[in-house]
Amino acid sequence: MTTETFTLAVGVGLFVLMLPALYRVAVGPTSFDRLVAVNVIGTKTAVMLVVIGTLFDRLDMFVDFALAYALLNFMGSLAVARYLNRMRPMPERKPRRRAPRKKEAKA
Amino acid sequence: MMDFIWLADSSTAIAQAELSARELCGMILAGVGLLFFLGAAVGLYRFPDFYTRMHAAGKGDTLSSLLILAGFALITLEGFSATDWLLVVKVLAIVLFIMLTSPTSTHALMRAGFEDGVEPVTKKPKKRGGSKKK
Repeated sequence: MTTETFTLAVGVGLFVLMLPALYRVAVGPTSFDRLVAVNVIGTKTAVMLVVIGTLFDRLDMFVDFALAYALLNFMGSLAVARYLNRMRPMPERKPRRRAPRKKEAKA
Repeated sequence: MMDFIWLADSSTAIAQAELSARELCGMILAGVGLLFFLGAAVGLYRFPDFYTRMHAAGKGDTLSSLLILAGFALITLEGFSATDWLLVVKVLAIVLFIMLTSPTSTHALMRAGFEDGVEPVTKKPKKRGGSKKK
């Protein structure tokens, strides 16, 4: 088995194994399930870009794409996580400032 | 310098004839990475709960990405010239970045889901396995 055949096999295997994640994106019960699956697919796309670059023998070009894709995937995932986190109102904090102020007022 | 050129020539000659040990190691790493990604995909498909799916996806996805990228960095390292080393360093930078960011995003998503009130699956012996429908 040559290196090219192996690279092609790894690329096809990555694509086939992305399909369950795509199923989870389509029918996930909650939006967080979809988000996790999108995150997995994004990470694997960055890996797949390296595989494609090895296959085309232009890894010097594709590796920058993969780096940028990994960065953007992380940023998008964090942004959507923070957005969905704020959909529910934050729990009330116990006021810490008022106690010393009252003491000062009493004193 | 001449030694390096000779090494590059000999390694490419070996690679044309048969697999070198470096390529074999890279293939083994990438194959193990695919195996871990198979585990992550099956877990993502079959687990009953958001948290368990998150468990499978976070661990399996991170480790398989690291292994596949390291394997292809080994496969790519044909010669010992500066451009090849630059490629390998870039791929290892992606490895380091994924190793840092994937657990972080997993943690952020998990916390967002927990604070949003996604309920974990619990064992309900009456409903599960019984023939009665409730």
